Amino acid sequence: MTIRHHLSDQLLMSYAAGDLPEAFNLVVATHISLCDECRAQLAAFEVVGGAVLDRCDLATMGDESLTACFARIDSLPNTPVTARRPARRDGLFPAPLAEYVGVDLGRVKWRSVGAGVRQAILPTGKGASARLLHIPAGQAVPDHGHRGMELTLVLQGAFRDDSDRFGPGDVEIADQATEHTPVAEAGMDCICLAATDAPLRFNGLIPRLAQPFFRI
Amino acid sequence: MFDAGQSEKLDADPPAWPYAATGQQVTRRKEGPAVQALDDMTDWAGLMARVRDHQDRAAFAALFRHFAPRVKSFLMKSGADATLAEECAQDVMATLWHKAHLFDSSRASVATWIFTIARNRRIDALRKARRPEPEELDWGPTAEPDGADLFESRQETSRLGAALAQLPDKQRALIERAYFGDLSHGELAAETGLPLGTIKSRIRLALEKLRQQMS
Ligand SMILES: [Zn+2]
Repeated sequence: MTIRHHLSDQLLMSYAAGDLPEAFNLVVATHISLCDECRAQLAAFEVVGGAVLDRCDLATMGDESLTACFARIDSLPNTPVTARRPARRDGLFPAPLAEYVGVDLGRVKWRSVGAGVRQAILPTGKGASARLLHIPAGQAVPDHGHRGMELTLVLQGAFRDDSDRFGPGDVEIADQATEHTPVAEAGMDCICLAATDAPLRFNGLIPRLAQPFFRI
Repeated sequence: MFDAGQSEKLDADPPAWPYAATGQQVTRRKEGPAVQALDDMTDWAGLMARVRDHQDRAAFAALFRHFAPRVKSFLMKSGADATLAEECAQDVMATLWHKAHLFDSSRASVATWIFTIARNRRIDALRKARRPEPEELDWGPTAEPDGADLFESRQETSRLGAALAQLPDKQRALIERAYFGDLSHGELAAETGLPLGTIKSRIRLALEKLRQQMS
């Protein structure tokens, strides 16, 4: 997998700092599962967190704080927490995404939004929403007016706009200023994970399909 | 091996810094550049290894004395009141004990690792939110980290601390707010002047480790 479109420094730092809403965390964690470059950058931003922690002034600990901590330690069974094993990727979805939708496409509860486009809205917390999109080859990506920030991570297939191609593993970072009409590449249906901090219109989500069979 | 009783005594009045780097005059912690220098020289990763391999309570007590007040302070800056911050700081330190076998000193300094535990505790306890994590890499059979790695990961945290200290106050404050969970992504993205590239360039280890791993 050759990834050409990566997460921004701002996103990586926000993720390292723990400042992102869950839906964006999901896109970041899924991309990093596929991208060693961003994984290394994330580690760098976590070192910044270590330095910030180390520079913190010292709060006064409660009386007997250490004793209380040992009591806490002793109250838990001493069997070590097992290491998180490297995930075996059985299907299309990296582990963080599989926790939301199951390991493979067959498990996804798709709903049609018209013209062959399907989506599945994922249960995430407040602040942003996430969904999987299944766009038939050659079809325009629906609902693509960006009202806030939107991250789109390609899992299968590819989409293009006037200037760029986004293939598997690539992430597109769009904001209100982004104006384009991405179209799924011919040949293979495109599956993406998209997250936005604009309110989703759960009803009346009308795909923009002005040029549904635009060929590349 | 120390029992809990002895650890309490250590906590009350550390007679000596049991695992401080050799050649350093052991000073009571509190303040001042000399103590800071001592902290920089302390082999936190070595203490972690003692916790992991021997459930060494004195080693843990030393880690606790250094990190717990910082974790508590970090959580209070993140919006927790003193009681909750104390609770969570104890949780974080207890997690450090229970997950000691997961700490890989060739990949991160102890400070960085504790930061990630404290961050996750904050997201969990204060924000009541969920944080998807990336898949773990298969790092292959774990070799004992060599001294150079240990030195390097410790150095990185101090190098970063120095780099932060040199930033203009406004930029440093922004970055610290971000890490205290007090700056939304939108606010951070709007700050285009932050020298994130420069900050990152101070950190070589993570990148080099990955490259070695992949070669
Ligand atoms: Zn990347």
